[in-house]
Amino acid sequence: MPRLNANNEMLAREIIARYPVRKSALIPLLHLAQEQDGYVAEDAMAHIAELVEVTPAEVLGTCSFYEMFKLHPVGHYVINVCGTLSCQLLGADELIHHAEDRLGIKVGATTEDGRFTLEKAECQAACTEAPCLQVNYRHEYRVTTDDFDAMIDRLNNADQKDPAAIPPHGTLSTVRQQIPSGRAVGAVAPELVTGPPVWMPTESAEES
Amino acid sequence: MSDVITITINGQSVECQPGELLIDAAERTGTYIPRFCYHPRMKPVGMCRMCLVDVDTGRGPGLQPSCMLTVSPGMTVDTESERTQRAQEGILELLLVNHPLDCPVCDKGGECPLQDQTVAYGPGESRFIEEKRHYEKPIPISDLVYLDRERCILCDRCTRFASDVAGDPLIHFIDRGNETQVNTFPDEPFSSYFSGNTVQICPVGALTAEPYRFKARPWDLAEVESTSTVDTTGARVVVQSSRDAVVRVLGVDSDAVNWSWLSDKDRFAYESGTSEDRLVDPLVRNEAGEFGIARWTDASSFAAEALSIDPSRIGVIGGARLPIEGQFAWRRLLDAAGIANVDAQLNDGLDADVVQGLPRATIAEAAAPGGVVVLLSADPKEELPTLYLRLRHAAVEDGASIIEITPRSTGLSRYATASLHPLPGSVAEVATALADSNTGADVGGVAAASLAKAAELLSSGRPVTIVLGRPNLAEDASFVTAAASALARMVPDAKFLPALRRGNVHGAIELGLTPTSGLETEEMLQACANDEIETLVLLGSDPLSDFPNRALVDAAFDHVENVIAIDTFLNPSSSRADVVLPAAGFGEVDGSFLNLERRLSPLRAKVTAPGQARADWMIAAELGATLGHDLGFGTLDELRSELSNSVASFAGIDWANLDAAGDGPILPALEGAGVALSDIGSASTVAVPPRDGYGLRLVVDRKLWDLGTMVQQSASLAHLAAPAELSLSTHDFESLGVDDGASVTIESEATSASLVVRHDSGLPRGAARVPYQLPGFDAGRLLSGDHAVIDVRVSAG
Repeated sequence: MPRLNANNEMLAREIIARYPVRKSALIPLLHLAQEQDGYVAEDAMAHIAELVEVTPAEVLGTCSFYEMFKLHPVGHYVINVCGTLSCQLLGADELIHHAEDRLGIKVGATTEDGRFTLEKAECQAACTEAPCLQVNYRHEYRVTTDDFDAMIDRLNNADQKDPAAIPPHGTLSTVRQQIPSGRAVGAVAPELVTGPPVWMPTESAEES
Repeated sequence: MSDVITITINGQSVECQPGELLIDAAERTGTYIPRFCYHPRMKPVGMCRMCLVDVDTGRGPGLQPSCMLTVSPGMTVDTESERTQRAQEGILELLLVNHPLDCPVCDKGGECPLQDQTVAYGPGESRFIEEKRHYEKPIPISDLVYLDRERCILCDRCTRFASDVAGDPLIHFIDRGNETQVNTFPDEPFSSYFSGNTVQICPVGALTAEPYRFKARPWDLAEVESTSTVDTTGARVVVQSSRDAVVRVLGVDSDAVNWSWLSDKDRFAYESGTSEDRLVDPLVRNEAGEFGIARWTDASSFAAEALSIDPSRIGVIGGARLPIEGQFAWRRLLDAAGIANVDAQLNDGLDADVVQGLPRATIAEAAAPGGVVVLLSADPKEELPTLYLRLRHAAVEDGASIIEITPRSTGLSRYATASLHPLPGSVAEVATALADSNTGADVGGVAAASLAKAAELLSSGRPVTIVLGRPNLAEDASFVTAAASALARMVPDAKFLPALRRGNVHGAIELGLTPTSGLETEEMLQACANDEIETLVLLGSDPLSDFPNRALVDAAFDHVENVIAIDTFLNPSSSRADVVLPAAGFGEVDGSFLNLERRLSPLRAKVTAPGQARADWMIAAELGATLGHDLGFGTLDELRSELSNSVASFAGIDWANLDAAGDGPILPALEGAGVALSDIGSASTVAVPPRDGYGLRLVVDRKLWDLGTMVQQSASLAHLAAPAELSLSTHDFESLGVDDGASVTIESEATSASLVVRHDSGLPRGAARVPYQLPGFDAGRLLSGDHAVIDVRVSAG
């Protein structure tokens, strides 16, 4: 169960420096850990606790609150089938049963080859496109059982080098944002803020 | 705006303070609103919703949580309306959805707020037939505390205590919704020094303390209020017993002292009272050199014989374990016998005259909002944990500023405004630089910037309290007193809290168990080694394991002819005695206790002392009678009135009702008592030898869990003492070039040893730290010899 690797630790320190309070970097660092391993490992949580100077219990408390942080290894693709009202009325139950048959696993489990994890999810905000599902949080709309089979075949044969391919679970983005240090705004501690927030209209702006 | 807010509770007009919470205002005026999550010593969170009441602030009545609502003018409250009752029934029904109702086998049954309030405010009958949530039955979340998650109602009290009061957030809400549970991180136990408080404040039986589990039922318990003698803070406690044995100690909410909180040592050290090693009979060594059980009369005549010699050839070490009454009786006995060599401290504290001359602060003054607290002592979290909680609260919640001038970082470093860590021997130099405003350059390993920050705070005109103790056993006490003198010169109004070792040491000092005209402990031991002292009396002290200079104490015991031990345990020292007199301990005798504020509070008897053990004052009287001295009292009441008549600071004490006013009286300081700091001077009387390029200055400090008798004789606490390790500053650690946890060699003039090394970023460059009295290595061996500071060398391998 890995800690953050050297590159990610460097990145973590960069992220921490963006906040006036170290603890604020907790959730971004959990994302980083999930991107590294596909899930948030226990050692990674202990490592994050050291980096943001809180106890591991506080990291676990935060991490376990969020459904999308996985505390155990998941498949390369996490498939969330919506089971809320609109989708249910339009066949989500059948879709889930079919998915279980096709993948040979129960909801909540991961295939033996580690490729797929099947989950039942609550509303994915696409009720007009019911029944819907997500693969690594990318929507598929109006999914029939045939569509599902085709999707699995497609994912099984996907070329991982193809930039359009769905990246592994946990990937936040395929292109890392780079802010040159000269252009970064930097963190201002709350007690050092003197003026009003920049977005608040000033008197001179209102006059002009 | 008027200072008083008038509101109406259940038709009664009630006057409240602005900012007062409705739940408090109601309780103060006689209306109890049921609650689970609200605790008066913690910030409200409104988690449990049990305190919902009907409140009308002019917009019509509605339900509001009274723990989250401050009173406002004209507020009308109904705590008994139908709406309130329906809410209370509903909340209880929901709280009980997942509660197992295993009250008959639950330790909390009979004193359980959930049980009591369900009876008082609940629906009376359950509609719930579904399966409840299940968890593994109690899991240990630390060595002392068990958690039964099925019983938990998620009130957030324990987790709030851990993060907001103790500052050890090692337990937390994990998961979400119906799955929410309190738990620790895997393999990271709730090893807080304050873990037992969570058990006391748990409103259900979810948290139970290992030492009390299944020991008694609440209705079998009888209790008295007493005072913890574990350290000099004197936390107020309730001692509870069942079948004539102490089974539980709980904290009492004393506004002046401990706010209901206790350290785990305060809470669980009662176990030592029933330890197998407790002394129950007088012991006299026979011809063959073995202990034999003796009658009191034989033992005391044996002891009296050893005391019937030239009094200058007698030394008495100890007295801090005794209640005030025992100390007074011994003072009388020593006066009658003409014995001048007596010292309640073991050269690991401060000069008694200095302590008596300190302008004393109260804990409340030290922790007052907006004050400045200077730590010129060891880590209060390790040595005075309940004081630590008050100081932490002052810094975190009340805007107090902390300046630490300590050999290494402390439990309060996180909250300190300025952290100064002078090298051993440099603390007086640092304090003088502060007093003289010489903050332009680094002094004694302290950066100029930190000095400037501390100097600015000290001269800001805010009230200053200095916690003065002995931060480092490897450093002469004169350095820290000189530093205190410098700070007192800089801030003439500064008040002090002395941070000394051993429970009732302030009582011992007040009653003159101090080397005023005789030898101090170190000199007595030297005199023993030189055959100048023939009889050594150990008054509840254990110099063989407790006196810092190990070589000297070994020599003393090898030479001294007679040793009389008055103790509660057969410890390394008393087991080398010729006669041992068993004393009654905590919870077994009535008495009183003087804490570091000079506050007098009661010690009360709840259980019978084991075997033939007797109160210390009776032992003194018995020895006095055997020696032919009348000490002037035959009962405890006579002793107390004699004490009030003869010691001015105790004049007019109402002994029967010490805690009638709540917190116990503060004894007046006597005119001309002790030595004023201004008479000491801020230059240390001892010269600091120059440090060679390879040597590291030794820091020897203490941990809460150590090899001390009280911890080791308490079954649940004994194993908490962690093995001794050497720590080095980041710089010194890196230049040593070994891994964290590697074994290295430490060498002093006296000894050399192999120790595990750790990296400690809170230690100044050039210092090496080994804690005192821990398993694996006896740091006392490094302290041999008469040195102002001790230099050691550390090498790899």
